[in-house]
Amino acid sequence: MNMEKLISIKNVSFSYGSRPVLENINLDIYRGDYMGIVGPNGSGKSTLLKLILGILKPAKGSIKVFGKSVDIFNRWERVGYVRQKASFFNLGFPATVEEVISANIHSGKGLFNTSVKRCRERVYEVLSHVNMEEYGGRLIGNLSGGQQQRVFIARALVNSPEVLFLDEPTVGIDLDSQREFYCLLEKLNVNMRITIVMVSHDIGVIAQKVNRIVCMGDGKLICHQNSSGEMIPEVLKKTYGDWISPIIHDH
Amino acid sequence: MELFQFGFMRRALAAGMIVGVLCPLIGIFLVLRRMSLIGDSLSHVALAGVAAGIVSGVYPPAAALVFSVAAALGIEQLGKKYPEHAELAIAVILSAGIGTAVVLVSYAKSINIDLFGYLFGNILTVGPGDMWLIAALGSFILVFVGIYFRELFFIAFDEEGARIAGIPVKKINLLFTILVAMTITLSMRIVGALLVSSLMVIPVAAGIQTAKSFKHAVLMSVVFAQISVVLGIVFSYHLELASGGTIVLLSVVLLMLVLGFKSLSNK
Repeated sequence: MNMEKLISIKNVSFSYGSRPVLENINLDIYRGDYMGIVGPNGSGKSTLLKLILGILKPAKGSIKVFGKSVDIFNRWERVGYVRQKASFFNLGFPATVEEVISANIHSGKGLFNTSVKRCRERVYEVLSHVNMEEYGGRLIGNLSGGQQQRVFIARALVNSPEVLFLDEPTVGIDLDSQREFYCLLEKLNVNMRITIVMVSHDIGVIAQKVNRIVCMGDGKLICHQNSSGEMIPEVLKKTYGDWISPIIHDH
Repeated sequence: MELFQFGFMRRALAAGMIVGVLCPLIGIFLVLRRMSLIGDSLSHVALAGVAAGIVSGVYPPAAALVFSVAAALGIEQLGKKYPEHAELAIAVILSAGIGTAVVLVSYAKSINIDLFGYLFGNILTVGPGDMWLIAALGSFILVFVGIYFRELFFIAFDEEGARIAGIPVKKINLLFTILVAMTITLSMRIVGALLVSSLMVIPVAAGIQTAKSFKHAVLMSVVFAQISVVLGIVFSYHLELASGGTIVLLSVVLLMLVLGFKSLSNK
């Protein structure tokens, strides 16, 4: 079957100063993938995400996003990104959920390209996807961690992206919210055909949820396989070290 | 009202009201990005520009504008050398501004009296030329903020997210820093260099407390600034006080009232 390649990473290396973080990474992401990138802290998984998103530039190698080099790619509305909960915004920021989401609406050039009415409709449409439509007028800082994360997914969805990147999206979120969160991701992947790439250190959950899994350790790509819900113990040892003893749990 | 029979008072009020819109409008983005200190830094450099203007015979607000815009660019450039310590560039430029101002003042001791109005604000000194400068640059700043409001909001809320959304963050940050420099230069005549950053911060602190949304926070910050500026100009005329200090003290009183009402209503 000829699958459409959305992201292509070839021989990519990256260093923070003299400290190498990624070495010779090769990875393709296809339309419809639900991919989990796992590995211990410092393995380079978030750095890889930042390289794909153009926040960092690779020292070596090339990254293509929708067939274009990431350096010249400018259709970022096709890409959604959800960051780790509450680590980046000031909880006292006086912004409503509606304002946070509508700021991400890609309106093209000029002030009046997207009407206010159309923006509002779109905001409430994406809020309904995450079951948050009644929260549009609430201040973002007054919501719970799980609700905030749903708002950030809605923000990422507002431009109807084809691929959604999530960086440790469930850190700091209670177990019930995590369960709902994974159901939502599955719905987005299956019903809305959005390609999902999620970075996490929680290999137990990821192995059960995603259909492709990438293991990283010491800046290298250790394995890249279709996930059948179980991880091979040798791969886990290579990724996390000899001390690991896998206990698979469900959320 | 009797005091508005005088041309200089009408000019002071008009200029004050423009400044009372610009300072909180720019200030809210600074406060929410935790960059309040940049206002202090650029106002001290603007003061050095005023001193340089007086010494060299150049129109002081124009010299202040050149100095503060150059300082804004300097902060951007220096910031690149210390990406993990953003406040360091601001502190260095602030020190350079104070140092230059002190050297220039000591070089020509006779300018002290002229400088006093720029330090603490003096409504009597707003001439027709100043009025035109304030109106023209003020309109430019308003148009810029109007056009880039979504981008400025996005960057203030989540700079990395804004960059990923394709917003030219570096370019907008640079232009915004220049606007901060312009706002400070325009506001010096009314509130004085030492207090201009207060007008960027205190009405915003009150506005945020009452906010139901970001736009509401902007509106309330401007309302609080306008009350402080108008009453401050009236009181400073009748009581012969420095306009800057009076305006800033009134904005502090308003903030205290807002905080008091809020804590009472939360009980």
